[in-house]
Amino acid sequence: MEGFLFPNEGIIEWDLLIVIYPFITGLVAGAFIVSSLYHVFGITSLKPVARFSLITALSFLLVTPIPLQIHLGRPERALEMFLTPNLNSAMSAFGYIWFFYLLIVLGEVWFVFRPDIVKYVHSSEGLKKTIYSALALGVYEISEAELAIDHKIVKVLAFIGIPTAFLLHGYVGFIFGAVKANPWWSTPLMPIIFLMSATVSGIALLLVSYVVVSKIRKTPIDQACLRSLSLWLMGFLSINVVLEGLEVFSMFYEAEESWAMISQLITEKISISYIGIQFISGAIMPLFVLGIVEVIGLGGNEKTVIRFLASSLVLVGVFAMRWNVVIGGQLISKSLRGFSSYIPPVFGISGLITAAVIMAMPFVILAVLMYLIPPWYDEAQPARREPLSFGSRPR
Amino acid sequence: MKISRRDFIKNGAKGLVGGIIVSSVPSLVRDIAAAASVPGSYDWEKHYWGFVCDNERCIGCGKCVVACKLENKVHWEPEYNRTWVERYVFTEDDKVFVDSPNAGRDGFAKEPISTKYDGLNIRKSFFVPKLCNQCDNPPCVTVCPVGATYKTKDGVVLVDQEHCIGCRYCIQACPYGARYILPDTSGTHFGQVRVVDKCTWCYHRITKGLLPACVEVCPAGARVFGDLEDPTSPVRRILSEKRVYVLKPELGTEPKVYYIGFEKGVY
Repeated sequence: MEGFLFPNEGIIEWDLLIVIYPFITGLVAGAFIVSSLYHVFGITSLKPVARFSLITALSFLLVTPIPLQIHLGRPERALEMFLTPNLNSAMSAFGYIWFFYLLIVLGEVWFVFRPDIVKYVHSSEGLKKTIYSALALGVYEISEAELAIDHKIVKVLAFIGIPTAFLLHGYVGFIFGAVKANPWWSTPLMPIIFLMSATVSGIALLLVSYVVVSKIRKTPIDQACLRSLSLWLMGFLSINVVLEGLEVFSMFYEAEESWAMISQLITEKISISYIGIQFISGAIMPLFVLGIVEVIGLGGNEKTVIRFLASSLVLVGVFAMRWNVVIGGQLISKSLRGFSSYIPPVFGISGLITAAVIMAMPFVILAVLMYLIPPWYDEAQPARREPLSFGSRPR
Repeated sequence: MKISRRDFIKNGAKGLVGGIIVSSVPSLVRDIAAAASVPGSYDWEKHYWGFVCDNERCIGCGKCVVACKLENKVHWEPEYNRTWVERYVFTEDDKVFVDSPNAGRDGFAKEPISTKYDGLNIRKSFFVPKLCNQCDNPPCVTVCPVGATYKTKDGVVLVDQEHCIGCRYCIQACPYGARYILPDTSGTHFGQVRVVDKCTWCYHRITKGLLPACVEVCPAGARVFGDLEDPTSPVRRILSEKRVYVLKPELGTEPKVYYIGFEKGVY
């Protein structure tokens, strides 16, 4: 603590749990957008990860409410958000948006994987057969005509899903951007910055996990797909850097009363996580490196390693961005005369361990989903399964 | 005895309706009794409360902070406050020092608080009492996701602590630092924990015709409370005689705590 804080300001109210919440939501939105790039916009180079990105989005989406829920002072009253919502509150929309989005993602997953599930019902036995039969929801029809309808539905769902993903994450940005009491948060750029960084983080996550999963499965990495992910990442990352830079530049240029505090915040209090991690190692360096990969001739393996490392840095950078917004904004006293400090505890409900467990949960869910409904088209799966026939579905 | 299905439904329906009527009688009686026994028949449509803090009168004794903590069972620790007192010190070389040791609870007259700025070339110094501004356009009410914080018809912003979920969005939204979350140990008259609390201008007192506790105990007349609807109230008198200011007017929150003796740099 430093300078003068209002006496009630000694505690950082939105702590580590609220840092990982927008991080997770961002990954959902970003992963979903990758799957939609294929399913809606027909970017066929992304096909190898299209189904994978969809179940990645689902895995993270299922975990999204958990940090919020346990952060509440009275978690047992959480349902009041649905029962007695104050519709003027940006926050009250969370439950509805999340639930709507969940329906869309679940629907899309089901329609995309339905032909596989039906095959598995026929090819598996015992408990697995029961699970697949339940997942099939009693619909076993996979004629070409049926699959053509499925394909249309998937397209519609993916299409509706894009604005909903934007809504889900833009809304998170709005939660912060609409707080006029906080000069570091209050900017209409906030939702769009959150959206762009969400997309960036989702693509980076897919690139990283595609490489990792391919290594584990000992399958070759589709270089065209990796390159496509890398290019999309560069595109969104460039926009993101410009927007984040524009935000702080206009604060600097307008130099309102709060600028003295904000400049001190970013050059002293959070300089490492802001300038160092969010901007330099999380954005500029990866952009530079990914650009170099496109220009100079490298072998496939080297390219994979560099893209993997650059994407990992981007993920860390986006996490730092969430930290810098959520924690950074609360470090500035509303008296504009002092700073509080925050170091997350290791133990406790808002501690590092809790956060790590929550961050691990989507990966566990993803592993289960990958086991149940393998999203890969290359069919390096157990030979007892019959080859899939998708009819008119794009392959 | 044989009961036809028709009779069964008929009698069952009668019984159900009867049961509902009978069981609702106690609550009906209670409601009527409550309506009749409103203390002094307080009508919240007939009042609109306002508050004046006179920075030129405040002596920094901290009695208001203590009175508030006792009256409202606010936790004694200095990080939980419905009201507090700030000290501003301006030096000849244009430096500003602000502090509020223990939120002003222990006053500023004892060492080391009283001697903290000894040695500085002080131009002027004064105290500023702070409390909830009961904004006319309260951002805390806008952001509450469940409507647990709300504005009464007489212009006071309250928290329904039996409804609050403890998300703390209102704490973020309040530009004045007026709100805080109750710790795990029970406090306040409602006995709730881990929900948000704030100054109510002693709503339980003002609706009975009493003054807020801080106003009651202020020995310097630095805190004035009254009805903005009543032309004879002390608050109305001050507002028509003095030039007053509110905190952070640029945010459009329309605070209803008016300050006399404003100084640049007091937020």
